[in-house]
Amino acid sequence: MTALPQTTSKKLGLVIDLDTCVGCQACATSCKEWNTQGYSAPLADEDTRGADPHGPWLNRIHGYEVEDTNGKDSRVVHFPRSCLHCETPACVTVCPTGASYKRAEDGIVLINPDTCIGCKLCSWACPYGAREYDVQEGVMKKCTLCVDRIYNENFEPEDRQPACVKACPTGARHFGDLGDENSAVSQLVKERGGFDLLPEMGYKPTNKYLPPRAKRDTPQAGIEALPKGDGSAMDRLFKLADRLLSGN
Amino acid sequence: MNPAYSVIFFTTASGAGYGLLALLGLTASSVGQSPSLAFVLVSMVLALALITAGLLSSTFHLGHPERAWRALSQWKTSWLSREGVAAIVTYPFALAFGLAWSGLYPAPDAIAPLGVITALLSLITVFTTGKIYATLKTIRAWHQPLTVPVYLFFALASGSALHLALSAFFTRDPGPVAPVALLSLGTLAVLKFLYWRAIDQAPRDRTMGDATGLGDHVRQWEVPHTTKNFVQREMGFVVARRHGKRLRGLFYILLLVAVLLELLAITIPLVSIIAFFIVFISAWVERWLFFAQGEHVVTLFYGNAQA
Amino acid sequence: MSAEPAIALSPKTWDEIKTTTCYMCACRCGIKVYLKDGTVTYIDGNRDHPVNKGVICGKGAAGIKQHYSPGRLSKPLIRVGERGSGEFREIEWEEALQTATTWLSDVRKSDPKKLAFFTGRDQSQGLTGWWATQFGTPNYAAHGGFCSVNMAAAGLYTFGGSFWEFGEPDWKHTKYFLLFGVAEDHGSNPIKAGLGKLKKRGAKFVSVNPIKTGYSAIADEWVGVRPGTDGLFVGAIIHELLNAGQIDGEYLNRYTNSPWLVIDNKGAADHGLFARDENGSTLVWDAHKKAPVSTSDHEAARALMGRFTLPDGRNVATSFQLIAERYLAPENAPDAVTERCGVPADTIRRLAAELAHVAFKETVTLDVPWTDFTGRRHEKMIGRPVAMHAMRGISAHANGFQTCRAIHLLQIMLGTIDTPGGFRYKAPYPRPIPPHIKPTGKPDQIWPGEPLPGPPLGFVTGPEDLLLAADGTPQRIDKAYSWDAPIAAHGMMHMVITNAAKRDPYGIDVLFMYMANMSWNSAMNIPDTLKYLTAKDETTGDYVIPKIIYSDAYASEMVHYADLILPDTTYLERWDCISLLDRPISEADGPADSIRQPVVEPERDVRPFQTVLLDLGARLKLPGMTTQEGNARYPGGYPDYIVNHERAPGVGPLAGFRGAEGTQSGKGAPNPNQLQAYIDNGCHWFYELPDEHKYFKHVNKGYLDWATGFGLIGKPEPIIHQLYCEPLQKFRLAAEGHGAIQPPDGHRARIIEAFDPIPFWYPPFEGDRVDEAKFPMHAVTQRPMAMYHAWGSQNSWLRQILGRNWLYIAKERAHSLGIEDGDWVTVTSHHGQIKGQAKLMNGVNPDTVWTWNAIGKRSGTWGLKKDAPEAKQGFLLNHLISELLPEREGGYRFSNSDPVTGQAAWYDLRVRVEKSSDQSNISSPQFPTLNNLGVGQ
Ligand SMILES: Nc1nc2c(c(=O)[nH]1)N[C@H]1C(S)=C(S)[C@@H](COP(=O)(O)OP(=O)(O)OC[C@H]3O[C@@H](n4cnc5c(=O)[nH]c(N)nc54)[C@H](O)[C@@H]3O)O[C@H]1N2
Ligand SMILES: Nc1nc2c(c(=O)[nH]1)N[C@H]1C(S)=C(S)[C@@H](COP(=O)(O)OP(=O)(O)OC[C@H]3O[C@@H](n4cnc5c(=O)[nH]c(N)nc54)[C@H](O)[C@@H]3O)O[C@H]1N2
Ligand code: SF4
Ligand code: SF4
Ligand code: SF4
Ligand code: SF4
Ligand code: SF4
Ligand SMILES: [Mo]
Repeated sequence: MTALPQTTSKKLGLVIDLDTCVGCQACATSCKEWNTQGYSAPLADEDTRGADPHGPWLNRIHGYEVEDTNGKDSRVVHFPRSCLHCETPACVTVCPTGASYKRAEDGIVLINPDTCIGCKLCSWACPYGAREYDVQEGVMKKCTLCVDRIYNENFEPEDRQPACVKACPTGARHFGDLGDENSAVSQLVKERGGFDLLPEMGYKPTNKYLPPRAKRDTPQAGIEALPKGDGSAMDRLFKLADRLLSGN
Repeated sequence: MNPAYSVIFFTTASGAGYGLLALLGLTASSVGQSPSLAFVLVSMVLALALITAGLLSSTFHLGHPERAWRALSQWKTSWLSREGVAAIVTYPFALAFGLAWSGLYPAPDAIAPLGVITALLSLITVFTTGKIYATLKTIRAWHQPLTVPVYLFFALASGSALHLALSAFFTRDPGPVAPVALLSLGTLAVLKFLYWRAIDQAPRDRTMGDATGLGDHVRQWEVPHTTKNFVQREMGFVVARRHGKRLRGLFYILLLVAVLLELLAITIPLVSIIAFFIVFISAWVERWLFFAQGEHVVTLFYGNAQA
Repeated sequence: MSAEPAIALSPKTWDEIKTTTCYMCACRCGIKVYLKDGTVTYIDGNRDHPVNKGVICGKGAAGIKQHYSPGRLSKPLIRVGERGSGEFREIEWEEALQTATTWLSDVRKSDPKKLAFFTGRDQSQGLTGWWATQFGTPNYAAHGGFCSVNMAAAGLYTFGGSFWEFGEPDWKHTKYFLLFGVAEDHGSNPIKAGLGKLKKRGAKFVSVNPIKTGYSAIADEWVGVRPGTDGLFVGAIIHELLNAGQIDGEYLNRYTNSPWLVIDNKGAADHGLFARDENGSTLVWDAHKKAPVSTSDHEAARALMGRFTLPDGRNVATSFQLIAERYLAPENAPDAVTERCGVPADTIRRLAAELAHVAFKETVTLDVPWTDFTGRRHEKMIGRPVAMHAMRGISAHANGFQTCRAIHLLQIMLGTIDTPGGFRYKAPYPRPIPPHIKPTGKPDQIWPGEPLPGPPLGFVTGPEDLLLAADGTPQRIDKAYSWDAPIAAHGMMHMVITNAAKRDPYGIDVLFMYMANMSWNSAMNIPDTLKYLTAKDETTGDYVIPKIIYSDAYASEMVHYADLILPDTTYLERWDCISLLDRPISEADGPADSIRQPVVEPERDVRPFQTVLLDLGARLKLPGMTTQEGNARYPGGYPDYIVNHERAPGVGPLAGFRGAEGTQSGKGAPNPNQLQAYIDNGCHWFYELPDEHKYFKHVNKGYLDWATGFGLIGKPEPIIHQLYCEPLQKFRLAAEGHGAIQPPDGHRARIIEAFDPIPFWYPPFEGDRVDEAKFPMHAVTQRPMAMYHAWGSQNSWLRQILGRNWLYIAKERAHSLGIEDGDWVTVTSHHGQIKGQAKLMNGVNPDTVWTWNAIGKRSGTWGLKKDAPEAKQGFLLNHLISELLPEREGGYRFSNSDPVTGQAAWYDLRVRVEKSSDQSNISSPQFPTLNNLGVGQ
C-alpha cells in the first residue's frame, strides 16, 4: 500500500490562481464543513470556547507580502495551501501501516482512517504541511480532494467537484485532470505559467499555482496623456457644448 | 521539530538497550559462558526492559496504540515499519541467546551464533531507527550522512557504559567492554562535532520564496489561523541559538565527564554506574537538540525565511 | 497495488436538503441546507440563486457553528441585579410579553416618542419601520446612520440609486473598474464573483484604499490614498477631464440637470435655486432661440454651458457651467492636491487619461434598440465601460456625502450610469431624486395612542421637511432631521444612548433594540456608553434610561445591559422575507426577492423576533396589527404577515407569485400559497428584464412604463440626474438667513459650508479640530472577510481563523517610531487610549494604522471562556472614537458625523502611536469580566 503506483491513469488535482484569490476563507471553511461529516469524519476541534482553539483543517489560507525589488512597492498575496497530491510523495512511502496511499486510478493521496495508527511520521515527511493530526480521532487527516464528492452520484454532475472549488466566490480554484494535456486545468497551467511548490524536493506535486500577474499600472498602450491645462479649458468646453448643439 | 519526550525516551532507552544487547551478544560470542548468572540475568533483563519500555513509550504517542501491529506491514517501503519488524525479530533471538548464555537452557554451542545474530539484529534495529530520521528530506538536519552513525554510536556508547556499570556491579571488573566504551564515546564526540558542523555549515538554501513560488522578497503577512495548529506545534518548534549552543557545550562536558569517569572506573569500578547515567543524560540532551534543531521545511510557509 | 481499501465514493451524508437564505451577513445568498436526522450537517450555495449562483463565502459555510453556537440564548430573561451585572431571572414568554406590553403601552398612552425603537442588522425594516409608525414614535431607525447613509443619501439625491447594494458594476462588460474604500461590502459574494470575472477578462481594476489587502491585493493598481481625502483625488481627476474636454456632453445634456439654469443672485432668497417658469417647470437655455425654455422641451437646442440673462432680468448659469468653473479652478489641479491626498500628481493625470480612453475609445455596443423617455429611438445601446463602486472608506468620514457625490459626478460626466459596462441600478432603483417619501414626526404628527401619519424615515427636500420642535430643537432623540443632520435619511443610531442619557433633547422611557451590539462594537466611545447605559437619576435613583428591551439570539455584550431580553431564533429556525420594500437582493438584470424558511425547529424556548413584534403589536392594539374586533391581525405570526400584509392594494412584502393563482408579479392579491411557491422555487423569485429594459433604466421609456405598472415607481417619469443638488441649496439659503425656518446661529456656518449644491471637499472634522502634530496618524478598521461584526467570534471555526487582531502599521513608519513587529503599542486619540500588538507591513498608507473590525470582545460574553484571545489580546478602536466632536466655539458639541446626513464618522479618527511601556501580552482597556448569562460553558 505504501508503495506508490507506477503510474496513475489520471492526475486529479487543483489549480489555484494566486492572482485572483482574495483570501476570503470560503474554501477553508467549506472544506472543514464538508470533511467533518464526509470521508474520515469528523475534524474535531480542541478548546473551542477557550484561549487556544485549534483543530485539523485540510486547507488553510496564508497571507504573504512580496516587496518589489526596489523594496518599496509591495503586494499582498493570499495563498491557500492544502495537499498537492504529489506524484512521488514520501508521506506515503514512510507510512508503516499502509494507511497512507496513492490511488492508482486518479492519483489522489488518501489516508485510511481505519488503519492509521496516528504515528505522525507522514506529517513529518510532507514538505507542504498538508497533513494535520486529529487528536480526538487519533488519526492523521488531509485533503481528500473530496473523493467522496467528485464521484458522488447523489450530486448533480456540476456539483461533483471539491467543496472548496464549488465554494470559491472568485473562481480562483480549478479542479481537473492534470495528467490530460488537453484538460481545461492543464491549458490554464500552460497559459498562465502554473508552477510547482518546492520542485527540488522531488515530490512532484500535482496541484499547480498560477502566479500573480504583472501589475498593469503602467500606461496602457494607446492611451494618450490628456492635454495639459493651457488656460483655455473653458473655451474647449464651450466648443464641445457647441458641437453638441450643431449635432457634430 | 517538537522534542516529544516519549520519542526522546524511546530512542535513548531503546538505544541503550540495544547497545547493551549488542555488546552482550558480541562479548558472549567471544568470551563464552558468562562468569555470573546474576550478571547475565540482570543485564539481559535490563536490556530487554529498556528496549520494551522504549517501544512501549513510542506507542504512547500513537493515536491508536491498539493498531500498532499494523505498523509491521510496510517493511518493503517504510523504515518505521522496518524498525518495528527488526525490533520484533530481535526479541526471540535475544531470548534464546539469553537462555543459552545464562545456561538456563544449556546450549553452549549456540551462544556464539545466537550472540552474533542478536548483536546484529540489535544494531540493525538501531540502524532502522536512524534511517527513519535520516531519510526525511523535509528536515535538513536529519537528512545527513552522520545521522545513522550517531544513532549507532549512541547505542554503543550508552550500551557499553551500561555494560561497564553492570560488570562493575557484578564482577568488580570493567570487563572487556571498557575500550569499546571509551572508544565509542570518543567517536561519538567526533561524529557529533562533525554532524553539528555539517548542519551548521549546510546552506539553509530553501527559502520562503521557493516554498511559495513568490520570489526572494516574500515575507509572511498573516498567519492562516491566529492560534497555533498541529503543524506549527509539531514542526514549528524553535530553540534559541544561544540556548542551542549552551546545550551543545553541556553535551560535550557530559561526554568528557563520562570519559573521565570511565577511566576512573578502571580503578574504582563502581564509578562506572555514575558514568552510565551521565552518558544517558548526554543522550537526552543530544536527542532533545536533535529534534529541537531539526528545522522542517514546512516552517517556510509559516514565517521562516529560510530552512 | 491491489490493496487499496474500498471507499464509499457516493456517500449520502444527508437525508434531506432544504433551501433557504443565508444570514451570516447582509449579502443574503441562497443556500442549501443538508440535514441528517434533523441535524444540520452541511451548507452550500444554491446554484440557481440570483445572488450567489452557487458559491458561498467563508462565513456562510461556517453557518452550522453559528446555528449550534453554545453562545445562544435559550429563554426570556428579566434583569434582577444592577444593570450591567448580568444578573437575570429566566421567565416564561407570557411574562416577558406582558411586561413589554405594559412598558410600551404606558409610553404609547402618554408620549409615544418616548419609545426609541432602533434595530441594527435588521433585515426586516419593512416590518420594523411600519411597526414604529403604527406605534406612533418617530424615534425609529436601523443601522444605516452609523453604517453608510452617506452612500445612500449621496446616490439618492444625485442619480436615484446608490452604491451599497442598490446597484452594481456591469461585471460582464466593464473594462475599467475603480473601487473606492471597500474591504468587503454587503454584496460580499457578488463582488468577489465580479472581481473574478474581471480578472478572467483582463479588465483593469484599480483600488483606491489606504490599505492593500483583500480586494485591493488583487487590484492591477493600488492607489494608497490618505484617509478622508478621496474628494481631492476625485476632484483632480474631474479637473483633468474637464481640462481636456473629456466628458460625455450628450449624456449630460439629455439625462442630467447639467443644462438646467441656476439663478445667480447672490444674497437673495432665490440665489442658487433653479430658475422656473410660471408652471414651476425648470428651464434650459435654447441656444438657437436664445431664450429659456422648459426642461420638458426636448427639441430645444440645450446649452450645456453658459451664463445668460432671463427675460425678467435675472442672471442664470447652467448647472454645468458652475460645476466646470469649480473644478477647473487651480485648487483642484492634481499638483495642488497631491500632497494632501498622498497620490502622485502624475498618477492622477494618468488615471484620468485611462478613464477617458476607456470611456470614449473603448465603448461597448449592444445590438439592442431602445427608446428614451422623449420617444427617441436608439438603435443600439452604447456603453462607456467604466464602472465605479465605493463604500465605507468614503462614507465613514464626515465629508463622505460630498465625496460620494463627487464620485457620482465623475461617473456621470463620463456617461457611465446604467450604460453597458458602467454602474447599473438594481430594482426598485432608479427612483425619483430623492424618493418621494418625507420623514414623519413633526410635533403635530405625534399623538398619544395614535399611529404616525407616515413613516419615520424619508427624504427631506428643504428646511420645511425637518422634524423640529416648536422651539427649533430636534424632534427625534437621535437629532436626525434637525439642523445637526438635516438629511439623516437613516437616522443616527450611534447617538441614541448618549442623547437619551443626557436627556438631550429629551429623556425617553423605553429603549427597545433589536440585533445591535450597542454596548460594544457598534458604539462609539464604549467606556462612556457603558456609563450612560447605567446612569441613574440623582433625585429618583432610577436609571436615566428607565427601561431597555432587547432582542438578541446570543449572549452579546449588549444583552448584559438590557432589562428584558427577548431571545431570538437563529437564521435557520425562522421565516423571513427579503423584500423589494426593504433592502432588496435584486440583480441589475431584474428585480428579485427571497424568503427564509425554518429548516430546523428550535429546541430552546426562543421565538422569532418578527413574530414577537407582531404579537406585541396586537397586544398593544396597534391599528395595522389588530382587526376591527380587536384580535390579532396576523395570528400566524410573521409568515402570515409576509403573505397577507398589503402596503398598498396588491403590494405586499413579496413581489413574486402574487394573485390567487400565484401567477402575478409585483402587484396582485395575496396568495395563500405564496410561501410554498417560494419554497418550490428555491426560496427566491427573480424576474429577468427584457434586454431592451436592462440599461438606461432612468431614462428608458419601456423600463419606466414597466416599473410603474409593477409598482416600483409612482409615475413613468424620467429620473434626471441631479448633479446640481437644489435641496442642499435650500438649506444653505436658510442658513444664510432666508425663509421662515432657520438654523440656530451656531449651526449657520457649518450648514453654509457643507450644503454646497456642487460636490466639493472639506477636511474631515476630527482632523480639522485636533492638533495634527499631536495626532499625526489616521486609524481605520476593515471588515475581515471571514467574520461578520461581533457574530463571528462565537463561531468555533471562524474564531480559529481570527481569534484576535493586531494593529497594522507601515514598516518604515514603525521603525521611525522605534516599533518592531510584535511590540505592544499604545494608540491615543483626543478621546482615549488603547493598547494593542503591532504588526508591520508594507501595503499601507504610511500615515495610516488599521485593524480588523469587531474582533475584540469583552471577557465573559458570547459563551467564550474568560481568557479567550478575543478578550485578552483583541481590541477595538471604538474606545478611541468619540461620538461627539471636540467642543466648538460656543461650547456645543456636534456629533461625530457628517453634517449633511448624520453618518457616523468612524474613519476620521486621528491618533498617535507609541511603543507601550507595558509589554505584557494583554490588550487594554480590559473591562470587568461579565458572566456570560450562564451560556456557553
Ligand atoms: N465579512 C463581512 N462582511 C461584511 C461585514 C462584516 O462585518 N464582515 N459588514 C457589513 C457591513 S454592516 C458593512 S457597512 C459593509 C462595509 O463594507 P466595506 O465598505 O468594505 O467596509 P470596511 O471594511 O469598513 O472597509 C472600508 C475600506 O475603506 C478603506 N478606507 C478607510 N478610509 C478610507 C478613505 O478615506 N478612502 C478610501 N478610499 N478608503 C478608505 C479601508 O481601508 C477599508 O478597506 O460590509 C458588510 N459586509
Ligand atoms: N470601529 C468601528 N466600529 C464600527 C464599524 C467600523 O467599521 N469600525 N462599523 C459600523 C457599522 S457599518 C455597523 S453596520 C455596525 C455593526 O454593528 P452591529 O449592528 O452591532 O452588529 P453586530 O456586532 O453584528 O451585532 C448585532 C447583534 O445582533 C445579534 N444577532 C445575531 N444574530 C441574531 C439573530 O438572529 N437575531 C437577533 N435578534 N439578534 C442577532 C448579535 O448577537 C449582536 O449582538 O458596527 C459599526 N461599528
Ligand atoms: S502534499 Fe504532502 S501530504 Fe500531500 S501528497 Fe504531497 S507530501 Fe503527501
Ligand atoms: S499517521 Fe497514519 S497515515 Fe501517517 S504515517 Fe502514521 S499510520 Fe501512516
Ligand atoms: S479538495 Fe476537498 S478536502 Fe481538499 S482542500 Fe478542497 S475541500 Fe478540502
Ligand atoms: S475561496 Fe477562493 S478566493 Fe477565497 S480564499 Fe479560497 S481560493 Fe481564495
Ligand atoms: S456572503 Fe453573506 S449571505 Fe452570502 S454566504 Fe456569505 S455570509 Fe452568507
Ligand atoms: Mo454597516
